[in-house]
Amino acid sequence: MTTTHNGLSPTRRLILQGAATVALVGLGNIPFSLAQAFAAANDKYPEDAFRAKSDADAIKSLYGKTAEPSDKVKLDAPEIAENGGVVPISVSTSLADVTSISFLVSENPNALAASYKIPASTMPSVANRLKMAKTSNVIAIVEAGGKLYSATKEVKVTVGGCGG
Amino acid sequence: MASTIRVRATSSGDTTEVQALIQHPMDSGFVKDAKGETIPPHFIQELTFEYDGKSVFVADWGAAVSKDPYVKFSFKGGKKGDDLKISWVDNKGATDTTTAKIQ
Repeated sequence: MTTTHNGLSPTRRLILQGAATVALVGLGNIPFSLAQAFAAANDKYPEDAFRAKSDADAIKSLYGKTAEPSDKVKLDAPEIAENGGVVPISVSTSLADVTSISFLVSENPNALAASYKIPASTMPSVANRLKMAKTSNVIAIVEAGGKLYSATKEVKVTVGGCGG
Repeated sequence: MASTIRVRATSSGDTTEVQALIQHPMDSGFVKDAKGETIPPHFIQELTFEYDGKSVFVADWGAAVSKDPYVKFSFKGGKKGDDLKISWVDNKGATDTTTAKIQ
């Protein structure tokens, strides 16, 4: 059986509930509150941010603040993408204390494409491949020290990735 | 069943570089099939990499991540022969998990 981190697995939930119940009966509710803290630490999937239409709305929903452009955020994307279905895009930064990195494609139906949590021991550098509906700005957001920094680059798409 | 997850984790002493390739349709919900019917959204929402009991990388993905997604990152630490655990869950609640040895 696989385990997941958003509590979607019914088995895991049962096990957690079972464990919490046993703990309540046996040892008072200290282990139970630990279990709750554990659940809260696993940030939930940001459903609303991924549903947002515009890049500004998605950033606001995800982080609750706005980003300032920074030359310390290095966004690597092709000038022209022949196939909008597979556009290799990567971000790295020289900023310290990075906690998350997100990718947005402004002209996609939903602007937010991917958001990565970067724990302290992980390098602030991510490469992935995204779909682009048409020629659009690609925005990289880096959250560092509680502030947001961004880099933007236009990628020209000759064939869209959304079956248009 | 063969795993949907292919991982290469390479230690260079101080850091470990991880590349993962996952087989998944990543349907966005905006594409129509040959009959003109919309293919419903079906995409991975969360992808987690764990090393030594701790998350070293967590991806929240939307439908705009390409089919058969690829991701690359690095983390400090990680020794040759140690386990790296990778798991994903998609918007339909399907999951897969695999464990890779760091090389």
